[in-house]
Amino acid sequence: MASASVAGFRADTIKRRPVAGRRFRSVLGWVFCSVAFALVAVPLVDIILLIFVRGFSALSPQLFTQVTEGVGGGLLNAITGTIVLSIGALIFGVPIGVGTGIYLSEFGNGRFGSVVRFLADVLTGVPSIVLGYFSYVTMVIWLGWQFSVLAASITLAMMILPYMAKMTELVLRQIPISMREAAYALGANDRMVVVRVLLPVAMPGIITAILLSLAISVGETAPLIYTAGWSNYVWNGQLTHQPIGYLTYVIWSFINQPFASAHALAFAAALLVMVTVLAINLGARAVLYGRSR
Amino acid sequence: MSERLADVSPAAVSLPLPRSRQRRATGPFRAVLVALAAVIPLIIVAVLLFLVVYAWPAIKFNGLGFLLTKTWDLGNLYADPVEKRGVLAPIGATYGCLVFVAGTLASSFIALLVAVPVSLGISIFLAEGVLPAFKTPFAIVVEMLAVVPSVVYGLWGIIVLVPIVAHYIAPGLAAVLGFIPFFRAGGGTGFGLLASSLVLALMVIPVITITVYDSMTRIPKEAKEAAYALGTTKFEMVFFTMLPMVRPAIIGAVILGLGRALGETMAVLMVSGGALNYMPTTLMTPISTMASFIVSQLDSAEQDESGLAVQSLAEIAIVLFVITVFVNMVARLLVRRGSGAHG
Repeated sequence: MASASVAGFRADTIKRRPVAGRRFRSVLGWVFCSVAFALVAVPLVDIILLIFVRGFSALSPQLFTQVTEGVGGGLLNAITGTIVLSIGALIFGVPIGVGTGIYLSEFGNGRFGSVVRFLADVLTGVPSIVLGYFSYVTMVIWLGWQFSVLAASITLAMMILPYMAKMTELVLRQIPISMREAAYALGANDRMVVVRVLLPVAMPGIITAILLSLAISVGETAPLIYTAGWSNYVWNGQLTHQPIGYLTYVIWSFINQPFASAHALAFAAALLVMVTVLAINLGARAVLYGRSR
Repeated sequence: MSERLADVSPAAVSLPLPRSRQRRATGPFRAVLVALAAVIPLIIVAVLLFLVVYAWPAIKFNGLGFLLTKTWDLGNLYADPVEKRGVLAPIGATYGCLVFVAGTLASSFIALLVAVPVSLGISIFLAEGVLPAFKTPFAIVVEMLAVVPSVVYGLWGIIVLVPIVAHYIAPGLAAVLGFIPFFRAGGGTGFGLLASSLVLALMVIPVITITVYDSMTRIPKEAKEAAYALGTTKFEMVFFTMLPMVRPAIIGAVILGLGRALGETMAVLMVSGGALNYMPTTLMTPISTMASFIVSQLDSAEQDESGLAVQSLAEIAIVLFVITVFVNMVARLLVRRGSGAHG
């Protein structure tokens, strides 16, 4: 507008309408952007409300004390199963993932390192059902483990492995190079630098990564259908030849049953899964946000 | 004299040292790390190798026609299998994955059609539209969408989204765009292509938004100020300056989202209606995607004594694996190049 008055009367008459049109289009643009945000915020709130309201009304003490019987009973078998499978996934996934992350951060600037880094990204993108089918073919059928804790845990570990590696690498790379130089100058070897100097500093970040991986394994379903099966009984400690129940299976299969008790179990299971996943993720973000300030 | 000087000069001492450090990948500690780092490449190779070996009889039996056949028929499971193309197969067995490929591509494409403009809108809104105090909480809302488990999306889809699609969205689209056959089918049960696409869109949006928003926040202030100096409104600055600058990231993010949508299993399985032997012709047609079909058919495929049905499912898994790995590789290369260009 100011430039128009400087340029004189003719420029003013020519430019006024386009400016109004530009303002209008800009307002329209901002309206679209806020509506776009509302389009995802409303479903998220609705999902959380649905799961929490219906889930809380289905909560009862017997959920935690009884096993599933048909389409009723409790969720003790599924709750313990989810815990066992998640811990199993961490046992296999965390050491390999952290080791890969250390390699990528400390020694991974060569060609092998960039190949691993790239394939970690690719593995993140492989559909979980494909990994599940791979485990079904190799472990469930060829190795004869049948639906089992071991097959399911290893499958989940394959899923969290690239996350652990990427996050460990990220955390280690934030440690100043001078700390490594100081340690090497004191005569430390590679192992001592990593174990005594770098890992203690990186520990909070690695623990965050472990928790986020835990959230991933608690929420996963598709690969477990092919590897864990389903069981109405609490896990008896057998690693193979013994199917195991888990919470996400209850959500998937019981919501399609025409019984109120089945729906109640499905929503209770969904509540437990959502509370775990949201608590871990929000907690991790609170920690990261707090440290970055 | 000059030789001695060269010997002790810092350049001569320090140059070979780091190089020898780099090359020496020996020592038990580093060997262990290399072995651990080799696990990820091994998994990728093993997945492809073992799936191909396992599915080999099916690959031989189905041939190239597998990709172009609409029929999935387990054949007569009660009669003795007969030998055909060197493989024992149930009489009348036909396996084809065209329907599932079509379902996967159609649902992912429509999901992206919805998700891309919405994601760009959210990215702009987060990067430039909201007060700084609200940026983090609003970004967390988007990030939480990415962590909601797939099966919970499916649950929400069955209870909330599918009725809305059946009662409001589908009749609405049919009323407005009913002259196009693709939109004509109003009503129905709600389970089908549209519901699957909408759930997929919701799951893909955070993937695209987080990547684009991230590269938008890295745009230098000078570029924005230069645009303002030319007299743009704030939105024009975003639209004509920031969006073109992050274009490589946008393309990469969209392909990354495509990879996610192609492989999504549980949510789609729960709201897709589960089609067999017919192609999606309207928005309300029930569909099956490759991933959802693999899960839903395991029980019945295991009834096949010859094992050919389960092996054909493995062949679908190979097709899905190859497609998603290809898509992800392209996306990662684009995202990497995009973020590299802007520091």
